[in-house]
Amino acid sequence: MNLEEYAGKAILAAAGIAVPRGRLVTSPAQAAEAASSGPIVVKAQVPTGKRGKAGGVRFAATPAEAAAAASALLGSNIDGHPVRAVLVEERLPIQRELYAAVTIDATTKGPVVLLSAEGGMDVEDAAARGAIRRLPVDILEGFSIEQAAALIAGLDLDTRAAVLLVYLYDAWRRSDAELLEINPLAVLPDGSLVAADSKLVVDDASLARQSLMPIALPHATAAEARAASLGLNFHQLDGTVGVLANGAGLTMATLDMVRHFGGAPANFLEIGGDAYTQAKPALELVLALPGIRSLVVNFCGAYARTDIMAAGVVEAWRALSPPIPVFFSIHGTGEDEAVEFVRRQLGIEPFDRAEDAVQAAVVAAR
Amino acid sequence: MILRAEDRVAVWGITGRQASFWTEHMVAYGTRVVGGINPARGGTTHLGLPVWGHAAEAEHIDVALLFVPPTAVREATLDALSAKPRMVIILAEHVPLHDMMIVHATARRAGVRIVGANTAGLVTPGEAFAGIMPAFNDRIFRPGGIGVVSRSGSLGALVCLNLVRAGFGQSAVIGVGGDTLPGTTSRDALDALEADPRTEAVVLLGEIGGGMEQEAAAFISGMSKPVVAFIAGAASPPGKRMGHAGAIIGGAGEGYAAKRQALEDVGVIVVPTPGDVPGALRVRGI
Repeated sequence: MNLEEYAGKAILAAAGIAVPRGRLVTSPAQAAEAASSGPIVVKAQVPTGKRGKAGGVRFAATPAEAAAAASALLGSNIDGHPVRAVLVEERLPIQRELYAAVTIDATTKGPVVLLSAEGGMDVEDAAARGAIRRLPVDILEGFSIEQAAALIAGLDLDTRAAVLLVYLYDAWRRSDAELLEINPLAVLPDGSLVAADSKLVVDDASLARQSLMPIALPHATAAEARAASLGLNFHQLDGTVGVLANGAGLTMATLDMVRHFGGAPANFLEIGGDAYTQAKPALELVLALPGIRSLVVNFCGAYARTDIMAAGVVEAWRALSPPIPVFFSIHGTGEDEAVEFVRRQLGIEPFDRAEDAVQAAVVAAR
Repeated sequence: MILRAEDRVAVWGITGRQASFWTEHMVAYGTRVVGGINPARGGTTHLGLPVWGHAAEAEHIDVALLFVPPTAVREATLDALSAKPRMVIILAEHVPLHDMMIVHATARRAGVRIVGANTAGLVTPGEAFAGIMPAFNDRIFRPGGIGVVSRSGSLGALVCLNLVRAGFGQSAVIGVGGDTLPGTTSRDALDALEADPRTEAVVLLGEIGGGMEQEAAAFISGMSKPVVAFIAGAASPPGKRMGHAGAIIGGAGEGYAAKRQALEDVGVIVVPTPGDVPGALRVRGI
């Protein structure tokens, strides 16, 4: 889960890292009220790194300007994300902009602390130039103040920066985060450090034990939200061939087959793992997609039982009697029962090869 | 990491419904299951096998097979490591990432291989299997000379089925799993299959996300055996997690085109659909 800036800052503040004074608001009037004590910055709350370059950050000197900025941002769309709230913050007298982050290094399969003296909007350039320092951390040992001191050496920073890095690592650990990033990390004239922005990506698998985590603003389509509530992996795409398969790899491969035969998939939806009993609500989701003109059901059961999945599909198909053709390919655990069931209940003969079922669905969608 | 009939396998969470179902199949297939672990039921028996409270009570274990739920993986692995097995297979999906980092750091210190998480396990057709793959289904798995490496259980099963229908069999099927931080990478699996005398050729089933296929390509350049690959996710949009935690295109190098190019650059035939795998093996003279 990619949290918005305001939520990440709440986590940073709780960890002892200074953040600008600010308020999350959802109307221009609230923005004006929040701007009554001086120059401010109005920031769209969207979970994307392209916000600054997309015009999602505006400066205002007066309450009226703040209201105008909030009015322009609220309801707009930034990098595909609707702006539902803006953060109104004090403007900081920034002297230097640093970059600090903790994330997971896929190579060491452990934490890595990142620091650069060149923070700000063009941090990707700093990364390309090798201007980001990296310190791999042994998760069993933790990240010490001595390691932090070594990381800041020669960057004209004092102990406050080392302490901040230790706090940042602790916040990252406590939040079950994939990424906790401060960019820019502002250095003020008195040398103090303030997190001017934040990016927090919390591991989805850990949300159940992160019960105090602020909730991200919803960014899913209605169908995606419904799928999530059913525990299904679902993405709405813009094609005409509906796809129902089991397992992530097979579902991706089925989408690839649709594309390979010249079609466009309408969705990604896998009902593998323990979701294999959810075939009926899964099918309802797919059939409700706008633009869907055919459906391919591709099952290859290993852990998942194709007889149970096929029974769910057939039940849903008869209940909904959708006006589109459906093509099956069924193999693996429970195959004989599943094929016979589809044949008997729907009068449809499943294809032997998955590719043939997909190709038939692509042709039917034309 | 190839599973052998003589390997002593212990099942963590053996008393659960799914674990019981698969353990019975494993025993019937020939896997040497020596017992199971359940901290609440130590000293009892289940399916005619001894149940221990902790690994320390068990006799020698080669393979620890974890059927426990995702949030119990960290503790179960730490327990399993105390038995000094050769490897720990983690089947659970959605194991918290920070737990997996602790698992990897601890296993590295102990010198123990982790397979998974989110793997369907290992199959050595005609010999043994450990996990949730229907090795007993002879339309999908038959002994033969093709080594299969897969990030996905369902796609792995479909390709194994295609191999059997084309007259091939498998020397070993290694599920590396769909996790973001897999303990055993595709490269590690290729290394084992290159050294395996029964393996004539390898089928690599990759996915978008991460850098495992590029790492595998670097290893393949020095391999003597032919490799055929299918990479799932050519039609998947960037920035979305396609079911597997690891299947998300972050940077350009994690997308389909870069992975395909890296593999083709070292002479791998990358096929457009899973059904094309047997034909590509034939092209490579297998």
